[in-house]
Amino acid sequence: MKKESAYWVFVVHRVSGIALAAFLPLHFWALGNAFEGEIRLDGLLAWTEQPLVKLGEWAIVITLAAHLGGGLRILALEFLPWRDWQKGLAAAAAALTLAVGLALALSL
Amino acid sequence: MWKGGAEGRFREFDVPRHPSQTVLDVVTYIQRVLDPTLAYRYACRVGMCGSCAMTVNGEPRWTCRTHVDRVVKNDSVSVGPLRNLPVIRDLVTDMSGFFDKWARARGQFKPSRTKKDDVARVRPQSEDRRAVDAGIECIGCGVCYAACDVVSWNPDYLGPAALNRAWTLVKDERDAGRIERLRAVAGDAGCHSCHTHMSCTERCPKKLSPTAGIAGLKREVFKSTLRGEL
Amino acid sequence: MTPKEETLLWIAQRASAAVLALCIVVHLATIIYAVQGGLTAAEILGRTRGNTAWLAFYSIFVLAVAVHAPIGLRSVLMEWLGWRGRSRDRVLLGLSVVLAWMGMRAALGVFL
Repeated sequence: MKKESAYWVFVVHRVSGIALAAFLPLHFWALGNAFEGEIRLDGLLAWTEQPLVKLGEWAIVITLAAHLGGGLRILALEFLPWRDWQKGLAAAAAALTLAVGLALALSL
Repeated sequence: MWKGGAEGRFREFDVPRHPSQTVLDVVTYIQRVLDPTLAYRYACRVGMCGSCAMTVNGEPRWTCRTHVDRVVKNDSVSVGPLRNLPVIRDLVTDMSGFFDKWARARGQFKPSRTKKDDVARVRPQSEDRRAVDAGIECIGCGVCYAACDVVSWNPDYLGPAALNRAWTLVKDERDAGRIERLRAVAGDAGCHSCHTHMSCTERCPKKLSPTAGIAGLKREVFKSTLRGEL
Repeated sequence: MTPKEETLLWIAQRASAAVLALCIVVHLATIIYAVQGGLTAAEILGRTRGNTAWLAFYSIFVLAVAVHAPIGLRSVLMEWLGWRGRSRDRVLLGLSVVLAWMGMRAALGVFL
């Protein structure tokens, strides 16, 4: 069945949410290593300088931005009185994701 | 054309093409001329009753209002029963589950006055009444229910039509059943499972927006919970 | 779960979402700024060590995540894996505790 854009925003939102839920324990674990001191953390940071890891980081941030965009859309649909322009929020969510992705790509 | 029950298969039929032909015309021709055992439903055939809803090329729609020219691909059209409903035979589905959910969502008006009271005065331009009017034209055709993915993932989900009807009653200032209705539509089986795919709004032949109604229900349930009513 | 309990879960999900939206904007802005010209442990820890404002910020962030992620996964497990009932909710509660614990460990790790 043909799917409208709202369906794809949902899929992105859900899949990105699952990805973030899987990523976060790793993130917390890595930062928790700061307990062991600066040297351990620096070692980890050096590892993250590798291009593939940098790409992974960028992907994670994009995933985060996508999830945020989709989430803001849901908050708007659920809490604001209904208006027809709210259908265009799918595009807004995508735009936000792109903007964040670019900002990060430029700074990396 | 789908032939059989839940277990069945698509069979091919050759049907003469005419100008301004609808998919319902095609189905009727098949039953009258090619296969008298074909089971299907229709009534008004002019887009008022919603009985002829079927799956055409994968999309739920009213077959009487679907011109063959609009959907034909490589000289063929695929017709099957509505999704998310048990198939009785061929193109006929069992809609009792659909209407049971309507009842479970408390989609019935509960009067607050008797015939001895004055007639209720409802301003048609009030915000509440306009919200009701925007959703009241539902004729229970089942297209939205067939279009909804959450219905297929969650068998308990009340679905867009039942929830939309509940919304029109929640906003009806004459109705006395508000709290029980909000209780009925809250939760995993109710409005909170809507993920705003908007398939229902996209496909509704009456151009209603169950998504809007369900979002409204979420707000009403939220307010009611904060007030300790639920 | 009763309708009221399920509504409270929905409220918690939306409230934590709003909190996270703010936290993430701050977090992303900080990351994008801090990553300029490379990143070292000294730089990170220089900002966060002994800084109660950052600790408060990350604690709120962690707690909001511990609420938001499990409730979000709840729908996924039910709709895409058909997992319903008490066992699913108990596992998710466990996940919430794990996330909160690991997150606070990380927040304290960069604070102390």
